[in-house]
Amino acid sequence: MSPLVLRSFTATSAIGRGLAATLASLHARRSGLAPCRFETVSLDTAVGEVAGVDAVALPGELAEFECRNNRLAWLALAQDGFTEAVAESAARHGRRRVGVFLGTSTSGILETELAYRRRDPRSGALPEGFSYRGAHNTFSLAAFTQRALHLEGPAAVISCACSSSAKVFASARRAIEAGVIDAAVVGGVDSLCLTTLHGFHALQLVAPRPCRPFDVTRDGLSIGEAAAFALLERAGDAVDADAVLLVGTGESSDAWHMSAPPPDGRGARAAMLKALAAAGLEPHEIGYINFHGTGTPSNDAAEGLAVASVLGKDVPGSSTKGATGHTLGAAGALEAVICALALEAGLMPAGINTTQVDPALPVNYLRENRSAKLARVMSNSFGFGGSNCSLILARAG
Amino acid sequence: MSALQACIEGIGVLGPGLPDWPSTARVLQGASPWQPAPVVLPAPGCLPSAERRRTGTVVRLTLAVGLEAARRAGVDPAQLPTVFTSSGGDGQNCHEICEVLATPERELSPTRFHNSVHNAPAGYWGIATGATAAANSLCAHDASFGAGLLEALCQVAVDHTPVLLIAYDTSYPEPMRSVRPIPDAFGVALLLAPGANGPSLARLELAWSEPPADRMADAALESLRASIPAARSLPLLAQLARGVPGRVLIDYLDGACIALEVSTCR
Repeated sequence: MSPLVLRSFTATSAIGRGLAATLASLHARRSGLAPCRFETVSLDTAVGEVAGVDAVALPGELAEFECRNNRLAWLALAQDGFTEAVAESAARHGRRRVGVFLGTSTSGILETELAYRRRDPRSGALPEGFSYRGAHNTFSLAAFTQRALHLEGPAAVISCACSSSAKVFASARRAIEAGVIDAAVVGGVDSLCLTTLHGFHALQLVAPRPCRPFDVTRDGLSIGEAAAFALLERAGDAVDADAVLLVGTGESSDAWHMSAPPPDGRGARAAMLKALAAAGLEPHEIGYINFHGTGTPSNDAAEGLAVASVLGKDVPGSSTKGATGHTLGAAGALEAVICALALEAGLMPAGINTTQVDPALPVNYLRENRSAKLARVMSNSFGFGGSNCSLILARAG
Repeated sequence: MSALQACIEGIGVLGPGLPDWPSTARVLQGASPWQPAPVVLPAPGCLPSAERRRTGTVVRLTLAVGLEAARRAGVDPAQLPTVFTSSGGDGQNCHEICEVLATPERELSPTRFHNSVHNAPAGYWGIATGATAAANSLCAHDASFGAGLLEALCQVAVDHTPVLLIAYDTSYPEPMRSVRPIPDAFGVALLLAPGANGPSLARLELAWSEPPADRMADAALESLRASIPAARSLPLLAQLARGVPGRVLIDYLDGACIALEVSTCR
């Protein structure tokens, strides 16, 4: 594939608003996971909640999009000059030539969950003011972001569970390569809601304590929330040496089970191999891998085998979900941004919370931060329905 | 922009009074009257019995239209990448989750939860067909058909591969039905290929245009088109049914239409 440059990027999660706070937390090995106090949820688990989301006020012209998910998106768009970078890109290319491809799994469903508690006792109707299009619908996030950034090009939400906002990079890449657009806002936003907290609990996949990916006693995931965005453009020749490029994307399907991977991780393996082929890279050229690493016994086991079979067992890697929690539909974009920070800062972030790496997993799992000049890194994202996506990011020079 | 184009190698349709593509084509040609009747969903015989028990309308609908399009093209579905697109996904499942979460116990069924992901039909499609290529699942509210078609055509153009597009919508029960009144289920599948490998039905080329989109001449069919996002494909299906070259405008996002030039596939 032709490389794309990440002209601007930003992330807001439980470890910080914007890049500086996020990088500081990674350096300090700080976790944003804390005992769940969200809404009326009384589950014995830790969550990665972003502070202050409900205090965010959307401007009046965006009032129809009011919901926690879009407030989190608005908070993130205001960081790191991202909105200004998009405006510059739109001025250069035209508003209709900048696409919006965003991932979310639950969009604004929290509003619907709360509305169902307030149904009319006689008719069963939803309360006045319920906004299907602005809050509930899966597309709400992209409609909101497009409006907030004054863009008029193609837009879609990609909703493939926990691979959603990795796959947006692949769709944007194709639309740019096909000449449909010249630039794309990609990213993912997912926010805490009752469906995912109680749903993962029902599947017995939620850990009681902060998650410990790849640990020998790992016992489940911790749910988090995040918003992460990147502005993609053709790299061309005039790219700074320290710019971050998207050089490879690979997608595959497990064709196996709705909520568990095949034990040998063959779908994950296929996605990684496709990403390497798209980038024209050999496995040994990957310097760090950000694992999907949810912390459930079967997910980490399958991914460990898959990564070892593609990249070998020596490539340093970690899951940053011990810090951020599993941010579901935002995880792909959040971890792509963490990979971009890793390339810029020369930092391989540790997989925190993990105390004893599972000896059955043939990977070089980092429990301490490591400083090293990185040239190319991989990020894995896998979701329910057997949806897999691997991204490869690289420094331009 | 370079031309986004593809040959259509197979079509599948399932909607109210529209049990398959040949019947739909006859209605759209005006050769037989449209007799609206609730959608009848076939049992998903290709799923293992454990999975079959867990499936609802969306899985049955997408399997039916996707397999019809592949069968008519004579293509093994296991070999195809897929693009699923839907405005609302599984409305019944969503409603039942919200109902349970409004009770003090909140005892959510694990199956209901894993079926709640927007890409559940893509997951079951993989289990049923063995397809391990990329599967995408999109949503663009009322523009979902256009967004899925754009994604599929980009894959055809950039990855040089045939792609199976499956657009579908189902109705919500009350109280969601009042705020999103989709009257019944509708699904359409198009097998799109870079060039004609065999007997192709037509060639599509995409361009942008201004609204309004084409409407159906028949008032009842126009009501179907306007009320179900996946049925925004009807003007295209009508052009394909007539089997003659022409230009069709279909709905996209506010302020834009997708123009499709339909011609003979050589």
